[in-house]
Amino acid sequence: MAKVDAITGWRNLEIGCAITEPGSSRKLRTGDWRSQRPVTDRDKCIKCGLCWIYCPDMAYSPVRSGYFKWDGDYCKGCGICAHECPKDAITMVMEGG
Amino acid sequence: MMDAALKDFKKYTRKSLPKVEALAQGHRACQGCGEILALRMALKAMGKNIIVASATGCMEIVTSPYPQTAWQVPWIHVAFENTAAVASGIEAGRKALMRKGRLRKQRTTIVAMAGDGGTADIGIQALSGALERGHDFVYICLDNEAYMNTGIQRSSATPYGAMTTTSPPGKLSIGQQTWKKNVPAIAAAHGIPYVATASPAYYLDLMNKAKKAATIKGPAYLHVYSPCPTGWRLAPERAVEISRLAVRTNIFPLYEVVDGQYILTKKIKKPKPVEEYLKLQGRFRHLDKKTIQEIQERVDREYEALVQKAALTEAEEESTEEAEK
Amino acid sequence: MPKRVGIEVSLAVSEAVCAADVDVIAAYPVTPQTHIVEHLSELVADGELDAEFVPVESEHSAMSACIGAAAAGARSFTATSAPGLALMHEIVFIAPSLRTPIVMVIANRALSGPISIWNDHSDIMAERDCGWIQTFAENGQEVFDLIIHAFRVAEDPEVLLPVIVNMDGFTLSHVIEPIELLSASEVSQYLKPYKPQMVLDPKEPITMGPVGVPEIYTEARQQAESVLNGSKKVIVRAWKEFAKLYGRSYKPIETYRTKDAEVVLMTMGSVTETAMTAVDRMREKGMEVGLMRFRLWRPFPLEEFRRAVKGIKALAVVDRAISFGAQGGPVCSKVKSALYGAPEQPQVFGFISGLGGRDITVEMFEQMVKKAIRYAKKGKGPLYELVGVRER
Repeated sequence: MAKVDAITGWRNLEIGCAITEPGSSRKLRTGDWRSQRPVTDRDKCIKCGLCWIYCPDMAYSPVRSGYFKWDGDYCKGCGICAHECPKDAITMVMEGG
Repeated sequence: MMDAALKDFKKYTRKSLPKVEALAQGHRACQGCGEILALRMALKAMGKNIIVASATGCMEIVTSPYPQTAWQVPWIHVAFENTAAVASGIEAGRKALMRKGRLRKQRTTIVAMAGDGGTADIGIQALSGALERGHDFVYICLDNEAYMNTGIQRSSATPYGAMTTTSPPGKLSIGQQTWKKNVPAIAAAHGIPYVATASPAYYLDLMNKAKKAATIKGPAYLHVYSPCPTGWRLAPERAVEISRLAVRTNIFPLYEVVDGQYILTKKIKKPKPVEEYLKLQGRFRHLDKKTIQEIQERVDREYEALVQKAALTEAEEESTEEAEK
Repeated sequence: MPKRVGIEVSLAVSEAVCAADVDVIAAYPVTPQTHIVEHLSELVADGELDAEFVPVESEHSAMSACIGAAAAGARSFTATSAPGLALMHEIVFIAPSLRTPIVMVIANRALSGPISIWNDHSDIMAERDCGWIQTFAENGQEVFDLIIHAFRVAEDPEVLLPVIVNMDGFTLSHVIEPIELLSASEVSQYLKPYKPQMVLDPKEPITMGPVGVPEIYTEARQQAESVLNGSKKVIVRAWKEFAKLYGRSYKPIETYRTKDAEVVLMTMGSVTETAMTAVDRMREKGMEVGLMRFRLWRPFPLEEFRRAVKGIKALAVVDRAISFGAQGGPVCSKVKSALYGAPEQPQVFGFISGLGGRDITVEMFEQMVKKAIRYAKKGKGPLYELVGVRER
């Protein structure tokens, strides 16, 4: 079946305009939307995982060390993680200048 | 008299949280969207062996902008008011195909999801029909208390006094003039095996309820509190905080209705005053003290009524009933 | 060896659906379709048809459930009439866009208001543009055959479109006719199990029904249009194969005694048989009159129509619905537009009759033909006329 990456002609459209590539939304880096980013102080972090659990954009992922890695590609800078962190280990910092 | 499936129910704990994500990053939800957070949690709990039918609404729009999709499980969107009917068809189709040997016999959870508009208003007929017919599916109402996707118009789930564009406060109006429709009670009135309310602040509770709903045979209804910073004029970082406050003020109590019997999930011993909840949200900014007092009184009355219903359950059931934490 | 039985046509519909081994029936009762769903639920309850009968709470949900079932890979069926069809209108348009091969029988009935339970074509004419394949049956045998044919065409991998089979409410649905009912095993020589091309399955997760952003909506509609137009050859091929297997032959347009005809009547549906009787009577009287009717309404059989009108001087089109404010009934308007730019353009005179269950008699057909002959001689006539309406 034709894989549709960008807008295509009608002959290459999937049947019924279906999208057959699961998770293709990753191609849009919603991280471009944010005006502030979370910065984690690992010394304060207790690896509770609430930042990962409460992120609407799945911007954190668990890593083997037990910490949670932040992915700037998709973080919209909402600040939930910083607000919920029980140890105030996360600070929201303005992007750019 | 609990469903046999619930007797051996294995709860999720913080340690055993599934890592699978049915939704991919890159969805177009607003920053701090509590609805997609709640949806993410519910889907995590149900696993990847699901088929989702979605109504038109925020979740549908932000997850399926052609040519991209955030869905990593099979998903179909047809229209606004019919997701329960579409799910009924999927369930019936698979049932027939399995019985006729054309599909491998395997229980796949059919999930119908909609917002409060697609559930309590335009979707209520399809919901009622599907619940009455007893299809084996899970219905999730993601309640952000207005028609948010079309620009914050009121629904029957909009709380009393809230500002929306079609219930604006003005010289002659306090905002929404009616009390929030009790949809879980309507679902429970259909005599279905499982109804539950959930809030994303209590993520383990939400996920365990979603898992239960998927495990139970027959219709299950989940009413999920879904804060909308955009529509509620709430600071995005407070989305989880408000979800916690809603429960702590008894505005959105957490409970289950299992085979018609009410079970309180969380007994709030010292509820916080509703004012603490209301003052964080711009949609309630215009309320005067009198209206806030009205709200406080009604919230207390309704919570008391809920406690009475749950007390009936406790009185009838002997020892082994555990209140879910 | 198929046997011919005297059976109410609605029940024959159910028998056809049963012989087609449908998987899901999601339907809501509405006069005059009720006997179809009643008999189908009996067949399911008695184990004669292995299907899920979903007693939905409205027609809107009926079509929605059919889409869900078809998307899950199941052969789906529903039936309805006027108010039910109008109620499911929103979803009717969505079914072909999702390429779900649902089959629906419409027991044609007048649309309200005023409320009428009786037969005309206003219900289906309001769905002209919905993107479904649409056929019209003249008699009970045709209804049965067209349903079997409908599943075959709908599920063809080149098509994957839903199909409507039209059957006049009461005048066809509730009459007892001699019908040869094909058994399930006989049908299985013609109709293979449904093999969906796109299905909701956790093994291969797809997204169906995404947001049709402006950059893609036109292309999506072109896909639907192209498939509908392209389906004609599949429809005709499937009819030819039906004839080979079962001996009954169907074509998109059929003509009756049109050779040397001064005026040719154009009808659709069961009134065609009355028109045939009228043609025979008029021919006995020496009038040169013939009959043409559409079996296939959508995709409109343009080439076949233009071929069929060769040598014909005038058409008397009999509509069974008003298209308000359009100066002509829907079929007449389509006929005129189909002739625009055609190599041969007979004169066209429009008549609207048989609304809300009012009979069109042989005498009325004769009057229409006489008028058409008069208008044809003059070279002009009224844009259309509502036959038999009482002025005072």
